[in-house]
Amino acid sequence: MSSIRNPDRRRVGLAVVALCALLAGPAPRAQDGELTIRIEQGIASALPIAIVPFASVGESAASVDIAAVVRADLARSGQFAAMPPQDMPSQPASFSAINFKDWRVVGMENLVIGKVLSAPEGGYVVEFRVVDVYRGKQLMGYRIPTSAANLRLTAHHVADMIYERLLNQKGAFATRIAYVTVDRQGKDKSIYRLQVADADGYDPHTILESTQPLLSPAWSPDGNRIAYVSFEDRNSAIYLQDIRTGKREKIVSGPGINSAPAFAPDGERLAVTLSRDGNPEIYLYNLGSRSLTRLTNHPAIDTEANWSPDGRAIVFTSDRGGGPQIYRLALDGGAPQRVTFDMGSYNARARYSPDGRKLAMVHGGDGGYRIAVLDLATNSYELVTSAPLDESPSFAPNGSMIIYATMGASGTELAAVSTDGRLKQRLALQRGEVREPAWGPFRD
Amino acid sequence: MKGAGLKLMVVVLAAFLVTGCSSRATKTDDAQSRAQVEDRTLSQGAGESGGGAQTSGLDARGDLSPAALNDPDSPLAVRIIYFDYDSANIRADFADTVAAHAAFLAANPTISVTLEGHADERGSREYNLALGERRALAVRRQLVLLGAAAGQVRTVSYGEERPTTDGHDESSYALNRRVEMVY
Repeated sequence: MSSIRNPDRRRVGLAVVALCALLAGPAPRAQDGELTIRIEQGIASALPIAIVPFASVGESAASVDIAAVVRADLARSGQFAAMPPQDMPSQPASFSAINFKDWRVVGMENLVIGKVLSAPEGGYVVEFRVVDVYRGKQLMGYRIPTSAANLRLTAHHVADMIYERLLNQKGAFATRIAYVTVDRQGKDKSIYRLQVADADGYDPHTILESTQPLLSPAWSPDGNRIAYVSFEDRNSAIYLQDIRTGKREKIVSGPGINSAPAFAPDGERLAVTLSRDGNPEIYLYNLGSRSLTRLTNHPAIDTEANWSPDGRAIVFTSDRGGGPQIYRLALDGGAPQRVTFDMGSYNARARYSPDGRKLAMVHGGDGGYRIAVLDLATNSYELVTSAPLDESPSFAPNGSMIIYATMGASGTELAAVSTDGRLKQRLALQRGEVREPAWGPFRD
Repeated sequence: MKGAGLKLMVVVLAAFLVTGCSSRATKTDDAQSRAQVEDRTLSQGAGESGGGAQTSGLDARGDLSPAALNDPDSPLAVRIIYFDYDSANIRADFADTVAAHAAFLAANPTISVTLEGHADERGSREYNLALGERRALAVRRQLVLLGAAAGQVRTVSYGEERPTTDGHDESSYALNRRVEMVY
């Protein structure tokens, strides 16, 4: 085993490993209502990395296995092949304890070592280093003060820092997702819950429970509030809720549809769909002045707006051309322009990628309804999913993945796919249906 | 080994690490949630276009008193109108049903009806919400055209949120693309 720089050995096939690995997280808390993540299709060019179990220093041991959370995060991204601890030649906790030769022999490229120190005041300090095995050099090192309650979040931040250092792209592990669950309790009785969980499915919080349908959760850009649609008044109405305090407010209601809220990047305005003037049109709702400005005016359906990241345009679904297609409206004037051409007869619910260069949407065609990613510069698109009933795509804030709803064995589940379609995951709830995922913004 | 890279950068990330998510479950008021849909039996299972909905035409309707609403033999007993895919056109086989309800509403100006529009599960939820409304409005337009007062007819769309059957095939979808008339 002397060819330690052999690229073929350094890039291991994650697909083989991941297909049988149930990445349910490191400390499997079998909490009801938690999402479990299963990687269905990996990518072959994953970067080998070893995240050595972190040493525990001081009085009280941490309740969270930091290294295991980091390992699961990086593996879940599909960009890394994380070495299982039992395959590691040793488990050093300090730089001086690293035997580089052993790691080179097993073809390991990057090593993460660390410690969790319990602080005298009751908190913790998480210390970690990323080491380049071949050059024998430290690439980065941090000490992060945290608390017992925030250990998992700190672990996600560690994964984000490693991801960014090694891939030159911001990580999105320390983010959250919102989604709607449906618990059918009988022919005419269902419980709808709006939940917020960590991006890896842990720590779900129900922020709203109702016997009437809930839909279309939309994050505020600061991640503190979620707008959604509730039928609790026997018609659709748009609510805005502070997810920390639980305080909520009905912001738009009235005759007809009150739906499809979408925060502008400035956080001050929402695009909404209202049919109070006879048929669904897009309006701008100003949170400060509580005023409504109509943006579209057409007898066809205009709905489900989404903002370009620069806030200068919206895309929306309209069937003004016969069937649903995506249109773009520049907010500084002009008529809506159709975006989806030569893409079949059904394209709906577009979402901008964070860099504004792509749109993910629901595409109906021969094989059913799938998620399409349209490149706005080249006007070419790819179908990145294959199930018969896929809907509700939402980009991760770093643009690497798209989360969406799909048909599972026992109802709707969530799934995620890399934007290039190469990596696929399922996020399943132990009981009931889960749908309408909305990936939250960065938490910093 | 070299100790060159040993320096630790100390970063105070504490500021943004302390804000946990202490969200609290909020219950919604269920008081007025379900009071409807007891009378929707007759055309259930009709399904396919053509439907077998037992409509009997205007001149067979006879009774226009409020009691007719509870008469299982009245054409008013048909309370669900089905639609084709991505369509809000009232099919010919439901024209008599709509006409019977219009005549009943015209004869009973104090009685009102809610039209609940629904869509099948395919495609996007918000677009389906709009489609459900379009179907409810199509029925409303026809009722008003045939004599009901606009104020008697309320519409609401549930989109694909309240399927009448959970199947994922065309016969289930046909049952879910509907407008329910709730008196």
